[in-house]
Amino acid sequence: MSGAPSGRTTTNATISIADLEQKARQIRRHIVTMTYKANSGHPGGSLSATDIVMALYFHVLRHNPKDPKWPDRDRFVLSKAHACPVLYAALAESGYFPVEELATFRQINSRLQGHAHIKTPGVEMSGGSLGQGLSFGIGAALAARLDGRTSRVYVLLGDGECDEGQVWEAAMAAPHFKLDNLCAIVDRNRIQNDRFTSEVMELEPIADKWRAFRWNVIEANGHSIADMLAAFDQAKQVKGRPTVIIAQTTKGKGVSFMENNPDFHGKAPNKDEYEKAMKELA
Amino acid sequence: MARTTASTRDTYGKTLLELGREDPNIVVLGGDLNKSVMTTYFAKEFPQRFFDCGAAEQNIISIAAGLASSGKTPFASTFAVFGTGRPFDQIRISVSQPHLNVKIVCTHAGISVGEDGVSAQGIEDLALMCALPGFNVVAPADAVETAQAVRVAAKTQGPFYIRLYRPATPVVCGPDYKFELGKAALMRDGLDATIIAYGIMVAAALDAAEDLTKQGLRCRVLNMSTLQPFDADAVVRAARETGAIVTAEEHYRRGGLASLVAQTLAEQSPAPQGVVALNGYAESGKADELMTKYGLTARAIERAVLETVGRKQQGLSCSA
Repeated sequence: MSGAPSGRTTTNATISIADLEQKARQIRRHIVTMTYKANSGHPGGSLSATDIVMALYFHVLRHNPKDPKWPDRDRFVLSKAHACPVLYAALAESGYFPVEELATFRQINSRLQGHAHIKTPGVEMSGGSLGQGLSFGIGAALAARLDGRTSRVYVLLGDGECDEGQVWEAAMAAPHFKLDNLCAIVDRNRIQNDRFTSEVMELEPIADKWRAFRWNVIEANGHSIADMLAAFDQAKQVKGRPTVIIAQTTKGKGVSFMENNPDFHGKAPNKDEYEKAMKELA
Repeated sequence: MARTTASTRDTYGKTLLELGREDPNIVVLGGDLNKSVMTTYFAKEFPQRFFDCGAAEQNIISIAAGLASSGKTPFASTFAVFGTGRPFDQIRISVSQPHLNVKIVCTHAGISVGEDGVSAQGIEDLALMCALPGFNVVAPADAVETAQAVRVAAKTQGPFYIRLYRPATPVVCGPDYKFELGKAALMRDGLDATIIAYGIMVAAALDAAEDLTKQGLRCRVLNMSTLQPFDADAVVRAARETGAIVTAEEHYRRGGLASLVAQTLAEQSPAPQGVVALNGYAESGKADELMTKYGLTARAIERAVLETVGRKQQGLSCSA
């Protein structure tokens, strides 16, 4: 199978930003429900990444839920694989598998593993240890170039994940290989597992760090779908080097008591919290 | 016994070049050691399909995974110490768990690395790689088997680790030799004891078996070039038919062949086992000096066979 027959892609240029924002609320409800039902998981970093993932799956990516391995597809690599609830919700809403399957998240015999794994239709990379996704994305981008495909590769990194040395091995390599079909996004929510990133390991000046590694750097509001779409569009125009979008976000975005709260990096809501969250996201 | 020698790493480099000409999907990744692991042959002819990632082994393995996920057959090559231990987590998560088609071929394994000393001597690599479910692990006996194993790896879907050497090693496989993944090769038959070896130690095992005929002992010699999937049947047959097993390897005594054979014997067919292997870390020195000092010789294998046959005759099944 090769080429891009018309109608194969789900990229929908006609979907409005208002529609995307409405859909984002639905994705957030899925995230909260999945982690509540599993009584575990990572809601905070899934909620912070929701608008970024929405922009990708419902506007930017060239993909086909009926044919997840379509060779000409764009790749989305979730390097922060603990945030898989947002990915599973986006995949289900795109039609990769039934929305009802989200209820099986983290349970035995489910395809929806606790951290993203390629056994799930539409998931490109098995993750779970931090720092590997950007390197994986380089491999996919090199393969696309070798095969003469126009596929683009998008890699979503956590900001805490940038503590890993391998991220910077990859950051050094991608401009060396002149990969302009590669776009990294840092979900800059300023909270990692234990505490605020500034307390655990200072990342600033994060944009300058990527600039020093010769990346094209775009800073954007990670909760503005319009901002993200503009950033992705700009990234496509840059030739000869990769782009990183530093997306400023809020951990737990959309649920008042989770917002900017390190407790909800890796903790599920209890019954009261669940009900309160669902009211806020109604 | 005098044997001709040939370089396993040079054979690897030349085989890779041939494969590159046959299959455009083969790509090669290196980590600033390409002149040593002989990927330079491939790099020179196919610069577009060769990626030097610098001294960054974690990045190399995950890039290889990304290439494999897009239909390429990546060969990632460096020294055994850097290619297994350093990126073990990347091998586990990016390659092994998703069972991707990544080939990790490492040279400079074992203490025969020599003068570079203990930091460069990979004596835990097989333990690490055999701990990964579904990972094919192959340690060819010589250059002849290396050429065949590399071809099988290229043509078989799934993750592979292949273990090669710095120095030229004795050639023990004849022109009719056929490597079969997951099968021990019978190098010499006998019914008094079985010596099981792989890699550079197969030659020593054959020399030991020859010497032991003077003492009236006919030894079977098995080349266990595939460590995973493991040919347990060959071990069980050897235990039942010869009643005494000696393993010989250039690796730490735990986690390699000795452990795999002991587990098989314990589970299926108890028999006395003697172990020739490394008891700890070595040091700098010439390869042959190190092999002698650390007991990886035909003489050491002979002593182990005599001791193990003695235990067989006394009816003792547990190893000393």
